[in-house]
Amino acid sequence: MRAWVLIAVVGASTIALKGLGPLVIGGRSLPRPLLGVVALLAPTLLAALIVTQAFADGRHLVVDARAAGLAVALVAVVLRAPVLVVVVVAAATAALARAVA
Amino acid sequence: MSRTETPHRVRDGARVIAPFAVAVGAFGVTFGVLARDAGLGGLKAVVFSATTFAGSAQFAATSVLSAGGTLAAAIAAAVLLNTRYIPIGLSVAPSLRGAAWKRGLRAQLVVDESWAVSHLGGGRYDPRLLLGAGLTLYCSWVAGTTVGSVAGSLLGDPEALGLDAAFPALFLALLAGQIRGRIGVVAALGGAAVAAALVPFVPPGVPVVAASVVCLVGLRRPAGAPAS
Repeated sequence: MRAWVLIAVVGASTIALKGLGPLVIGGRSLPRPLLGVVALLAPTLLAALIVTQAFADGRHLVVDARAAGLAVALVAVVLRAPVLVVVVVAAATAALARAVA
Repeated sequence: MSRTETPHRVRDGARVIAPFAVAVGAFGVTFGVLARDAGLGGLKAVVFSATTFAGSAQFAATSVLSAGGTLAAAIAAAVLLNTRYIPIGLSVAPSLRGAAWKRGLRAQLVVDESWAVSHLGGGRYDPRLLLGAGLTLYCSWVAGTTVGSVAGSLLGDPEALGLDAAFPALFLALLAGQIRGRIGVVAALGGAAVAAALVPFVPPGVPVVAASVVCLVGLRRPAGAPAS
């Protein structure tokens, strides 16, 4: 029962959060000054997601096997490796770091 | 007049997202496995992925339950992580035209990956790329979850395979395609710094949303305003 409540509430809220912008202002242009702000949203949020997923453990900042994986991923990205190579070397590095530790 | 670029089609979206979709499918398998440990076995995990389609929030909610957290805490974690879809939704809104139900439905295909690959630059988004990429990711996410929840016990511990390190790596690959010019670098570094600084002080999910204030460096002066 608890699980179904979770699924229903999270599902409904996600649908609402995703739909809000397109339903309220959909199709119309944003005010000009805001265009430059929206253009930067993708790099900003992606960078913030990378940092929290690689270094956050709850409310603590930690450097663990994920950081090693991210460092190797960065090298792969700089070398213009395909996406799947980037993801696989990151996972393999983290797995190796854990196996060694 | 020369035609500078061929318009994108829905299948172009499927093509550019394909490598990401493979990774997302693997994450879906992982989610199916972890969800089972959190008491969302079998059909529950699959329904969750089919109705929510927001991987990070689903992982967060199940990890709270696995750690013995309350239902309210699990819901709060998921909703907080998903609040980033408010600014993300605003960014794609001008590109989604047509009837309200259509806009609302297409908005559901927005996840981090489909959003990033359909960004044409300068805050413009291609609705066909979004549709193709979003549908492809949706299928691989739900299919992956199904495999994980059915065959999970055969797969072992996802953390030992380093799958948690695969998430930031995937976002790094997406970020590489999003940095346009020096201001993009400034925004990315600023967003990373704000998020890192806030992690110790606010619940998970909030640092990412708060980082979006960094985008204000892109605020343009109204036309005709003095340059200095």
